[in-house]
Amino acid sequence: MYSFEVERPTSVADAAAALGKDEAQALGGGQTLIPTLKQRLASPSVLVSLAGIADIKGVSVDGGTVTIGGGTTHGVVAAEAGAYPALAALAGNIGDPAVRNRGTIGGSLANNDPSACYPSAALASGATIVTNSREIAADDYFQGLFETALEEGEIVISVKFPIPEAASYQKFEQPASRFALVGVYVAKFADGVRVAVTGASEGGVYRWSEAEAALSGNFSADALDGLTVSGDDMISDLHGSGDYRAHLVKVMTKRAVAAAS
Amino acid sequence: MSDKMHIKLTVNGEDKEFLAEPRDLLIYALREKLNITGPHVGCDTSHCGACTVTLNGKSVKSCTMFVAQANGAEITTIEGIGSPDALHVLQESFKEHHGLQCGFCTPGMITRATKLLEENPTPTEEEVRFGMAGNICRCTGYQNIVKSILAAASEINSAKEAAE
Ligand SMILES: Cc1cc2nc3c(=O)[nH]c(=O)nc-3n(C[C@H](O)[C@H](O)[C@H](O)COP(=O)(O)OP(=O)(O)OC[C@H]3O[C@@H](n4cnc5c(N)ncnc54)[C@H](O)[C@@H]3O)c2cc1C
Ligand code: FES
Ligand code: FES
Repeated sequence: MYSFEVERPTSVADAAAALGKDEAQALGGGQTLIPTLKQRLASPSVLVSLAGIADIKGVSVDGGTVTIGGGTTHGVVAAEAGAYPALAALAGNIGDPAVRNRGTIGGSLANNDPSACYPSAALASGATIVTNSREIAADDYFQGLFETALEEGEIVISVKFPIPEAASYQKFEQPASRFALVGVYVAKFADGVRVAVTGASEGGVYRWSEAEAALSGNFSADALDGLTVSGDDMISDLHGSGDYRAHLVKVMTKRAVAAAS
Repeated sequence: MSDKMHIKLTVNGEDKEFLAEPRDLLIYALREKLNITGPHVGCDTSHCGACTVTLNGKSVKSCTMFVAQANGAEITTIEGIGSPDALHVLQESFKEHHGLQCGFCTPGMITRATKLLEENPTPTEEEVRFGMAGNICRCTGYQNIVKSILAAASEINSAKEAAE
């Protein structure tokens, strides 16, 4: 690991100021960033730990919306987001207990790993990502592998999830890492169904629009029977070929529809 | 090199103060600065759980946390769980049910299992496996680890019932 300084601000304003410095980087739970630093794939001069900012932690429910602070750990979401059961279940199945005790939703969404779980929940739910300077619709936020709409130094303060009528996330686990080999999040709203797929595409998390159209007319697993998924632009690695992932997309979507509650 | 930071920890009930670099990992501080060598480094990539300690009541992998992030925290390592003369129920149970072979993973396993049984005092076999998912063992095949934890759970629960 290269050497760096650490700052521990207690307010968003102080954190934003600290992140304005040259080569400063935010530190959430460190579950992705610390392994990256160990491999010398990042070399910030200052790490700005967000863990001391009480304002960006916790879960609150207001009418049909669950708001999760950007610094909230997966474990807390699993325990406290019961108003949106599919989201709580997703959080409770990320990694393992120790990872869930440290890793945060803000870190996961900022990182936008193509195999991470949360991006699919945010995209399928039509969530809004709230930063220290603006609000970004999930549809505009995810921009490819490890790419997001966040500007340098921008902090994820909270994420607002509209609660669907029914939803489910189904993850086909890559057993060694427990990330999604393919994960599908289905959310049914009064005005239509949204389906987001993670782990599969070389372009990162995406909405499967054909499935959305089919399910919006008939919310049952059978509605997907006539659809085909191409393996052409799918991730292909030693854990699974592109064709295998394409196959899993349909299987996991069917399972998610069947399990949606 | 960065300026050293003044770190205070309470480890197994004892106050510790020392200087550390911002990039020093918690596992490094425990093992190299405080000579607390129960938590092991198995992978250093946050996958194996051999380095598991309890930090402010929660299981964490001490290889994936800077000691600066733990400043002010209360930490329990395997050294703070039972003693050679008075083993913790889980330690007794691992011994009884052959929950270890080489023993390398065992400090992490038992430290995590103490929390698992607090989070869920009456786990099913499946819940034990799910709750121990972050701890890897190269030797046992897990069967006897699960057995040890389930046996410890019933032991603790019958002791509780007897006391009531
Ligand atoms: C063994 C293991 C298994 C895992 N399994 C899964 C899994 O099954 N599914 C899954 O989805 N993930 C999994 N993860 C990843 C985990 O969810 C991480 O916690 C998450 O990706 C990163 O969150 P963090 O808070 O640790 O972020 P950090 O590692 O601290 O930071 C990650 C990145 O986000 C930035 N950042 C952090 N917080 C913010 C913020 N609030 N605003 C803006 N930028 C920020 C950092 O600067 C950095 O670039 C796993 C990790 C491990 C180690
Ligand atoms: S050494 Fe920390 S998880 Fe393996
Ligand atoms: S007993 Fe050898 S690694 Fe578990």
